[in-house]
Amino acid sequence: MATKPRVKVPKKAAAGDVITIKTLISHAMESGQRKGKDGNLIPRKIINKFTAEFNGATVFSADIEPGVAANPFIEFNVKVMESGTFDFKWLDDDGSEYTSSKEIAVE
Amino acid sequence: AAALTGLSTSGIAFADEAATQAAIDAFAAGAEVGEGRISLTAPEIAENGNTVPISVDVESEMTEADHVAAVMILASGNPNPGVITFNFTPMNGVAAATTRIRLAKTQDVIAVAKMSDGSVFMDKKLVKVTIGGCGG
Repeated sequence: MATKPRVKVPKKAAAGDVITIKTLISHAMESGQRKGKDGNLIPRKIINKFTAEFNGATVFSADIEPGVAANPFIEFNVKVMESGTFDFKWLDDDGSEYTSSKEIAVE
Repeated sequence: AAALTGLSTSGIAFADEAATQAAIDAFAAGAEVGEGRISLTAPEIAENGNTVPISVDVESEMTEADHVAAVMILASGNPNPGVITFNFTPMNGVAAATTRIRLAKTQDVIAVAKMSDGSVFMDKKLVKVTIGGCGG
């Protein structure tokens, strides 16, 4: 089961700063390669897509395959020019969508 | 992991050179794969293949006219070589990303960067894995 994602974004920055964003979501990332106790393969169930938007525009995304470790962690950067809101989205193989939002004040 | 270890000798369960090369060719879309500009950071030895930290860093101005479009990470010795593709935009300021990956066994981890002009650069690192990250 995926639980609430955790995201670290600085609360404020100066215009033109390159900030670091760290994201993590609790998820087993079942690879589809593993066998259960009954000897049958456990079906694949992973987070397959991560997207980060800032004020409505996509700034970064990742296409994820089973080779990413459980509880997928992704760190990346954004050059901020104005205050606004980051919206983060994780897509599950089962169609579920998990989201998180963070505000940043840019001076 | 026991079941997969058994299969690995047959060469069926793990990605081979051909699958890895096919993934690079598809990503490069006909461009020649160069060296330099991209730097992959990975541990020399991973005690636990279930979670191996890796970072990529690509030299780029990250302007609208000249930026890194995407970086693809491949694990040549996993059952499936594809791991993750980072899609960048000029708004990233720098083309760098970090994640944690699974490695089934000792193998080359490969990072391929595609620039906005279509040029392609590659780096790879050998990671020795003590305990495979193939589940089970």
